[in-house]
Amino acid sequence: MISDELNGNFDPLVTKPMLLDFLDQLFSRHSGSSRDQAKQRLKLILAHDRTDLTPAALESMRLEILGVVSRYVELDSEGLQFNLATEKGTTALIANLPIRRVKPLEASLSSESEGA
Amino acid sequence: MSRTIVMTSGKGGVGKTTITANLGTALARLGRSVVVVDADFGLRNMDLLLGLENRVVYTALEVIAGECRLEQALVKDKRTPNLSLLPAAQTRNKTAVSPDQMRQLIDKLSSSHDYVLIDCPAGIEQGFRNAIAGANEAIIITTPELSAVRDADRVVGLLEAAQIQPTQLIVNRLRPDMVAASQMMSVEDVVEVLAIPLVGIVPEDREVIVSTNKGEPLVLSANPPLAAQALQRIARRLEGETVEFPNVASLGESFWEKAKRFLNQKVI
Repeated sequence: MISDELNGNFDPLVTKPMLLDFLDQLFSRHSGSSRDQAKQRLKLILAHDRTDLTPAALESMRLEILGVVSRYVELDSEGLQFNLATEKGTTALIANLPIRRVKPLEASLSSESEGA
Repeated sequence: MSRTIVMTSGKGGVGKTTITANLGTALARLGRSVVVVDADFGLRNMDLLLGLENRVVYTALEVIAGECRLEQALVKDKRTPNLSLLPAAQTRNKTAVSPDQMRQLIDKLSSSHDYVLIDCPAGIEQGFRNAIAGANEAIIITTPELSAVRDADRVVGLLEAAQIQPTQLIVNRLRPDMVAASQMMSVEDVVEVLAIPLVGIVPEDREVIVSTNKGEPLVLSANPPLAAQALQRIARRLEGETVEFPNVASLGESFWEKAKRFLNQKVI
């Protein structure tokens, strides 16, 4: 085996991962690259750092917003997203609330009056 | 009008002291009178980087305590006539001085120098507050790494709150080969996230360690390596000159430089 390698007869099973690594590096410009991961993670961390909101405050805000929105529409709980993001020095709260269906107008109004 | 600039980063080990030593030397070589202040009380290193460790007699602490005159504590660099160092005390810690005392000290220095560069200790506690007390502008040093940029962002916020303006950015230890392979954040990525103006890009350079070993700032070498050229450009930008940022790929080692290094290693 060792003499094989010295003679240049590489085991194809050993060389294959190296080739894949090379190809991976060559085409790693797309979003899976560690550079992009670093940037995405950084934006998220900084958004949280800058707002100085505690995780508890963020969670309570999330629940309240969901409560208000749910009075009018039925939300798809699977696809809910609720994130802080930073672009060019300003921080934004970005919520993605997929709507399953709009509640009938009377129902939403009556639940509002119940709340009041 | 003299400029007092605090060199800060939040995180340690990103190259604050190396950059401050070289930038001070480069500015002095442009004909400006420069004093470099080591504000890292208890963990001083600037004297080593400038190769002046054997000539330190008094420190900033004795000046503040009134045990010596300011001129007695300043160590003049014989290789660079316009450059002097105000060393930090090594025996005491960061609580030995107050922001007010530092402000008075920096004010005195600024009356007799064109540039006062303050090398800030890592962290955002008392040492940081002391270092920024006398500064009227700041240079933030970061590397293209998550932890360094996060800490830099925190420092940007603190400097804003302390009304220190302008605040500019140096991205240090960039590896052009890794950026090209999308394995490292680019300068654009870092600038976009931190949203402060860029004043320099310094590539990772093996020569930095060699120059630290010798106690001779990189910018003094007869044939300045890439990192030293980058630092000289920063000095010219601080002087108000418009100096183009070179293409990042050109900051990496060329094929010939790699070959030369390889041969040198083999010969020696």
